[in-house]
Formats: sequence, C-alpha cells, structure tokens
Amino acid sequence: MKFKGKVWRFGDNVNTDEIIPARFLNTMDPEELGGHCMEDIDPEFAKKVSKGDIIVAGRNFGCGSSREHAQIAIKGAGISCVIAEGFARIFYRNAINVGLPILELRDVSKISEGDYLEIDLDKGTIVNLSEDKLYKARPLSKFIQEIIKSGGLLKWIKSKGKKNAK
Amino acid sequence: MAYTITEKILLAHTNKRSVAPGDFIYARIDLALGNDITAPIAIKAFESIGAKKVFNRNKIVLVPDHFIPAKDWKSADQAKTLQVFAERHRIKNYFEVGRMGIEHALLPEQGLVGPGDLIIGADSHTCTYGALGAFSTGVGSTDLAAAFITGRVWLRVPESMKFIFYGRPGRWVGGKDLILYTIGDIGVDGALYRAMEFSGEAIRRLPMDDRFSMCNMAIEAGGKSGIIEADAITNKYLAGRRLKVKGVRYRSDRGAGYCKIHEYDVSKIEPQVSAPHLPSNSGPVTRFKNVKIDQSVIGSCTNGRISDLRIAARVLKGKKVDSRVRLIVIPATQKIYLEAIKEGLVDIFVNSGGVFSTPTCGPCLGGHLGILARGERAISTTNRNFRGRMGHPDSEVYLSNPAVAAASAIKGRIAHPDEI
Repeated sequence: MKFKGKVWRFGDNVNTDEIIPARFLNTMDPEELGGHCMEDIDPEFAKKVSKGDIIVAGRNFGCGSSREHAQIAIKGAGISCVIAEGFARIFYRNAINVGLPILELRDVSKISEGDYLEIDLDKGTIVNLSEDKLYKARPLSKFIQEIIKSGGLLKWIKSKGKKNAK
Repeated sequence: MAYTITEKILLAHTNKRSVAPGDFIYARIDLALGNDITAPIAIKAFESIGAKKVFNRNKIVLVPDHFIPAKDWKSADQAKTLQVFAERHRIKNYFEVGRMGIEHALLPEQGLVGPGDLIIGADSHTCTYGALGAFSTGVGSTDLAAAFITGRVWLRVPESMKFIFYGRPGRWVGGKDLILYTIGDIGVDGALYRAMEFSGEAIRRLPMDDRFSMCNMAIEAGGKSGIIEADAITNKYLAGRRLKVKGVRYRSDRGAGYCKIHEYDVSKIEPQVSAPHLPSNSGPVTRFKNVKIDQSVIGSCTNGRISDLRIAARVLKGKKVDSRVRLIVIPATQKIYLEAIKEGLVDIFVNSGGVFSTPTCGPCLGGHLGILARGERAISTTNRNFRGRMGHPDSEVYLSNPAVAAASAIKGRIAHPDEI
C-alpha cells in the first residue's frame, strides 16, 4: 500500500479525548466523528484536512481511552496514515485491528507541518518529498503484519484464527 | 524457568509450553466486558461479519454505565443495543439501570472476576481487576467483537516492571496517592506495553479498595496491566461474595525477570495532586494550596467505592461546602449507594451542601452530571485530567484522593485534609 499526502504535525501524548472528545461518543458515524477530529486542539482541523493527508506526532500517540471512535474519527476526517515516535498500546492494537495504517518512526523532528510525504507501507519507507529525504520506519512484527494483510482482525479470525488457535 | 505472576497467568491461558516477553499469543479469555460506548461498535462488527453465536454467554458482561441513565436519545439508542444483544444471546450479565454500577467497581462486587483470570474489556480501565491477582487489560471494540465470537484475544506477552512499596503511609495517604506518585515518577508512558506489578509490605497492608485504585490507573502510565498477588486481604474480600469464578492464586517466582524495579518509601509520600493536563503532573497537595476550584467530584471507577465515601464523609461531617463550589458525590454501584445511605454518609454529603447521584461514569469523561464551563476548574477523584476531559476545552481538572477532594470543597481551593 502506498500513500501520498500533506503533513499535519502534533506533539507528544496526544490523547483520545483530543482525537475525539467524549461529548461526541453517542454516535459511531464516521463522517460525524471525522468532523470533530482533533477539535479541542485545533477547531478548524477537520475543515483544513484534505483526503489522504498524514498525521505526524511525537511519543505516546493515542494515550487514554480504548475508544475505537478515535480510529473512526481519524479515518473519517480523511487521514490516510498516522506516523508517530510511539503509540499508546490500546490505540496501537485498535489501529491494527481496524486497518488504520500506522508507522513508528524513531525521530519525527525532521518532518514539518505542510511537508509532503510518500509512504510505502509494505516496505516501511517514508519519503519526504519536500525535503528530499528517506526515513525508515520501525518494522512491524510478523504477527501484526499477518493481521494487517488479512484486512484487520475480524477477517484474520475467519482465515487464520483457527489455524493459530494453539 | 522463573516466571512473573503475569507470565504464569498468560501461559495458563494458552496451550504453549513456555512464554517469554515479546511473544505473541492467542489466549483464551475468562471474561469479556463492554459498555454503552464501546459495545455498540463491537455488536455492529459482530453482526456485520455474519456471526450468529457468542462463544459463551456466561463469559460476556455488558454494563451500560458511561452516559447512563441516558443523557440524550442517541445515548439511549446506544445503551438499547446492549439490551437487545443481551436478550438475543441470553447473556445473563447485562446490568440495567437500577442494578448497574460503574463496570470496574461492579464486576468485583458481583464476584465475576477473581485471581488467575484473564479478562479483557473494551474500556481502558479494565486493568482494575489486577488488584485481585488477575491479568486484566483494556482493548478496543474490534477485539471485543472477535472475543465474542472466538473467546480469544491476541496479546503480546509484556515485560514486567516491579514496584516495591515499603514503610507506613501517613493518615490521609491511600492507594490513589501511591499511584499518582508512581505515575509522576515514571511518566505517562513510563510503563508503556508493560505489566506493573505492585508489591512490598505497604501493599500487603493496603485495603482492597485502595488496591483497586492503584491497578485502575496502571493505564495512566501507559501500562498494559497492573497486578497485585492475592493474599489474606484478597481472600477476605472474595469470601464476602458468591464468587462465580474458580480463582487460581499465582505468585511471581524468585528470580523472575523484571525490566525495571522501583522502590518507594510510602512514609515520605504526602497526599498527591495531579495538575492539568497530565496525570504525571503530580506533587504534594501543599504545593497547590492557592488553586481555587469551582467543583469537586468524588466518584468514578478509581475512587467511588464505599471506603472512598467514608473518608470523604469523615472530612465533611458537620462542615459546609464553600458557597461558590459544587460538590458532586457519585457512588460506583447500587450496593455502595445503599451502604452510604445506611451508614448515614448521604446525610453528611447533603447536609454539607453537596449532591449525591445515582451510579454513572458521568462527569469523569465529560459525559453528563457535572460538566465544567469555560475557564472552570475542578478537583476530582477520577483518573484523567486531559484538556477538556470534564467539559469545555478551557476548563481544568486536578486529580486527588477523596479526602483532599472533600477538604477542597469546604475551603473553595485545593486543601490538605488536616486544614479542616
């Protein structure tokens, strides 16, 4: 899978209350949730994002609640991929399970808001087209890759789940 | 091979001969939990892939507690999904308004979780049950849907961190203070992906409710789970209820591997307060004495248990809440609600000028029943103080134990209980 998009930069410890505040958790509609994505950090965020854009953040992205509304909101806003120096664990597994592409990059400081990135998810490479630089993301474990290749957890349990049930 | 308690429980839920940190396992679960926010997505996913049957109707628990009693019709619709699903699949452990409670206080109270269990819940504070010597962790709705079908969950075996607490705590210091202090020390990602094992003489003396508060907030340090070995205090707690689970008591082996060991002298820890907007911004309450408050919330899955209410009542007895402060007390379950009435605690709260609510997560996550206005500030016994967590993005939440929250309600500013 390959993506190309514009970067929106965020800092460390972006939490799920910021990604999608609890006052909007009485719906699971992607468009509605997407319209409020990151609202309390930047009220204009959802309006400014174009389809395919990329979020780049620091450490511990997605800390806090287990709400999968966070992944639904990010996808609903049109974001194609999240790159961070690290992810909180429930956010990480939810992204894998629902098929929101994520990449861990040791140092994101060279990437600025507005840069254009080209991402090759299979190779784990990130090309910064604005800076003409290549970054290598931390490789995903084989087990996680298997879930992603199946198209998410529910498809994985249908195909491989039984085989792996030992 | 020497194992930690966490590794032993995980191993016992696979058919493997051994496990090591970093291994991926596809483990059997003893219980899967969902609430009115996370279960609707799981149910939708379950139905969308054409699943017809749940793996075991006795191992699923559904608790509408977040926006319940329903705050608006959309929330009512979501809660209704749980009721309909429970009925269709004959899930006994569905808890309707009037019988429900905040999930992480309710499940232990009902005897649905016990030592040695592997529990997953689509709620980040599912780590609470580690206080009983269980492996318990928060997952998402898709994990929950998969668990409904297969009775299994994929997990990466976590490295364990050991926290040894020794010494005797001061009068107003409880489990909440120990965990806020710990998170302040290691940071909000200090235990990322890891199991936090709490041990030492101070933990062995710590009452059960305080142990729940500690394990509850393991997630606030990024932890996968918090865990305390079952002991005489655990056994006493479990004996008081009709346990619906088997209960296997595991202990960490001598020589088990820990990626890090922290030691704390609890006699040096003052009541803690965590300043906005991260739980790791903790420090002694005295540091925050000039901070004025508009609201004090006593409740939640962290501190809405009967001993929390007793402590708050001890501080509030015969006193009045500051004229410009709202005190909101929320018992975590119906049983706690009744106990609070019987013990005269409700009289104390209401006579002091506070309100006493039906059980709900309510204001903790900015749902309902005490949302902050722009620029307002609350002290709260809840677990998160992220920006906008309890209301307007420009409001603030300070975290504390129930005694500090009660004392602050009286003073109208953050206060040490000794000031009352």
